Amino acid sequence: MTNVSAGAKSMTIGEATLWPLFAVLAFLCLIGAGFAHDAPFAFHASLGCAASIAAAFAILNRYYDRPAKPPPQEINGRPNYNLGPIKFASVAAMFWGIAGFAVGLIIASQLAWPALNLDLPWTSFGRLRPLHTSAVIFAFGGNVLIATSFYVVQKTCRTRLAGDLAPWFVVLGYNFFILIAGTGYLLGVTQSKEYAEPEWYADLWLTIVWVTYLLVFLATLVKRKEPHIFVANWFYLAFIVTIAVLHLGNNPALPVSVFGSKSYIAWGGVQDAMFQWWYGHNAVGFFLTAGFLAIMYYFIPKRAERPIYSYRLSIIHFWALIFLYIWAGPHHLHYTALPDWAQTLGMTFSIMLWMPSWGGMINGLMTLSGAWDKLRTDPVLRMLVVSVAFYGMSTFEGPIMAIKVVNSLSHYTDWTIGHVHSGALGWVGFVSFGALYCLVPWAWNRNGLYSLKLVNWHFWIATLGIVLYISAMWVSGILQGLMWRAYTSLGFLEYSFIETVEAMHPFYIIRAAGGALFLIGALIMAFNLWMTVKAGEAEEARAAGRLQPAE
Amino acid sequence: MSFWNRHKIFEKNATILIGGILVVIAIGGLVEITPLFYLKSTIEAVDGVRPYTPLELAGRNIYVREGCYLCHSQMIRPLRDEVERYGHYSLAAESMYDHPFQWGSKRTGPDLARVGAKYSDDWHVRHLVNPRAIVPRSVMPGYPSLAATELELEDVAAHLRTNRAIGVPYTDDQIAHAKADLKAQLDPDAADAEAFQKRYPNALVHSFDGKAGQPTELDALVAYLQMLGTLVDFKLYDEKANLR
Repeated sequence: MTNVSAGAKSMTIGEATLWPLFAVLAFLCLIGAGFAHDAPFAFHASLGCAASIAAAFAILNRYYDRPAKPPPQEINGRPNYNLGPIKFASVAAMFWGIAGFAVGLIIASQLAWPALNLDLPWTSFGRLRPLHTSAVIFAFGGNVLIATSFYVVQKTCRTRLAGDLAPWFVVLGYNFFILIAGTGYLLGVTQSKEYAEPEWYADLWLTIVWVTYLLVFLATLVKRKEPHIFVANWFYLAFIVTIAVLHLGNNPALPVSVFGSKSYIAWGGVQDAMFQWWYGHNAVGFFLTAGFLAIMYYFIPKRAERPIYSYRLSIIHFWALIFLYIWAGPHHLHYTALPDWAQTLGMTFSIMLWMPSWGGMINGLMTLSGAWDKLRTDPVLRMLVVSVAFYGMSTFEGPIMAIKVVNSLSHYTDWTIGHVHSGALGWVGFVSFGALYCLVPWAWNRNGLYSLKLVNWHFWIATLGIVLYISAMWVSGILQGLMWRAYTSLGFLEYSFIETVEAMHPFYIIRAAGGALFLIGALIMAFNLWMTVKAGEAEEARAAGRLQPAE
Repeated sequence: MSFWNRHKIFEKNATILIGGILVVIAIGGLVEITPLFYLKSTIEAVDGVRPYTPLELAGRNIYVREGCYLCHSQMIRPLRDEVERYGHYSLAAESMYDHPFQWGSKRTGPDLARVGAKYSDDWHVRHLVNPRAIVPRSVMPGYPSLAATELELEDVAAHLRTNRAIGVPYTDDQIAHAKADLKAQLDPDAADAEAFQKRYPNALVHSFDGKAGQPTELDALVAYLQMLGTLVDFKLYDEKANLR
């Protein structure tokens, strides 16, 4: 990759090709901004131009500042791990997490008090809701996945991350995608396909970034020093490659003009619906499940200092999970114009999916065999374990809701929202928090967290928030579903639609309160991590000595 | 023992692992999606369903832009209470020209698949500008800016052409008259109203926002809402024909 002779400095192939590419891209964006048909496109093209100039400048600047030799692969026989991109993604995850939770709190409050929409285009529920979902799933979750995957793949392969500029391109390019997508939503730039809202140019950019991500990950696996590919890496690899397939399958679109933001998706009607939920459910299955299961398979054994419970179970778990998940999409389309056979397939595979899901949960929980006492002393491990418990709960609830008769009640109601959040807050949120609590001291080379007491506060405040959130949504969802189908003794529908909306009001307030608690927990976490980086382990821990597990 | 040993080929070779993953994840999608492109029930044409008029399409784009699908479904399920509350259950053909589909997944507000012709234009205009003026306990955001924003008219034909490129059967005639048709739909007294209705059967010609002058985004959105679910005449449908 380098053509460095002793002493003389020359550009790596990456540097020599990337900076001119960014210069060209800056020029193209400038043209795009000049000829733009609509203001949001002009804005995004300008952002692209500025970012490209910054990238080209940063690459050149780095070239002049860096030593002639590239960073060594090993120092004193130990791998020289590349931690910079991991640190950036960790910080970005915390930032986007708080932003995403805050927007979630705002839109939850809008449903309780609609005046908060302010009747402005940029602040209405319809535009803020994709901002919330994308910020928590793709920005928060995505940065956690990139940070942890880059860390885990290096550690378990005992080799430095492949690529020189590529890992930075992945991290920065991905966050630039988030910026384009998020600002686009506020300006009304959306495909209105759930969880695939970004418009064509953001999708194209993400494709480039994601393929680079896949290549970096794969190349690191290929140059590993360990004979076996560790189980967490199977899950990361399945997550990365499947998300690429889903993204390409769901998003082929034709822009009205190459200088405008609006495009029309190639699929229409029933076909679009099926593509969308094939994508949508597997964004859950591979982004929010397979990726975070990889986190479970590395961080729980590491933190508990126990081996994974069963290696064979993880093999079955892996293949069964990725095979079955892909089929489950049509359960989002029960009783719609999608053919019945497809709905039935979706339902059947959703129920079967319960088995690998619980197999994985058992594998994670039983890893604590012989180390259960650590739950009393280590709130980080407690967070990780409770996340797996939430995973078990929502993967039990999911198959039930996928049964057609249950779905006829639950679909279109808040029950779905509650289900999503027991998975999102309980599973994805907690496993991410647990992983970040481990990762930050490791990446910044600190002995431990600033304060375990604050982790404990975070854990209990957030748990209380989740309980409030999901129980409010169970009640409101089932209540509204029952009200919609209630008949009077004379055979008339008992409730008008607006009466069912009114009945939701108290639960929407409780839900917003739950969300506020979850946000407060995340703020405590951000403070704790900030102090960990700045000050390292706090006095309390040093004075008391490291907490010892009970015998 | 042999089975677990054989699995080592995946654990020791990243390329074989990624190949295995691709094969395993391809199956479900191929089985569920491919048939939808040739099965009769998913591609049949139904009498009355036609591509959107330029004004309706512009309105639909505003519906898409504002994320209405996040609170309103457009898919009536064949369940007793839904059919009584919203009307005949939705047919696949009724969304065949929808790019993207807007079936939705949540009903914070009611289903809109057959909201067309249920309320007056005036009702929609007032409701969109200030929902709580009409429905006091509504939680819907107000959209006063729609009434004040003029519709983008320059690229109307380009929108139709793009739709044609992805399979919506707009004719050359329809594309050539796109901009004129958009204005004609807003003016019942226009000279070309008749030619417009020939190009788009059953299209409503109203002054949707009740105001003369330049077409607004409110005009377009109301035109779209007022045609939703009205194209198929279910009185012509013989329910007994398909009994077995």
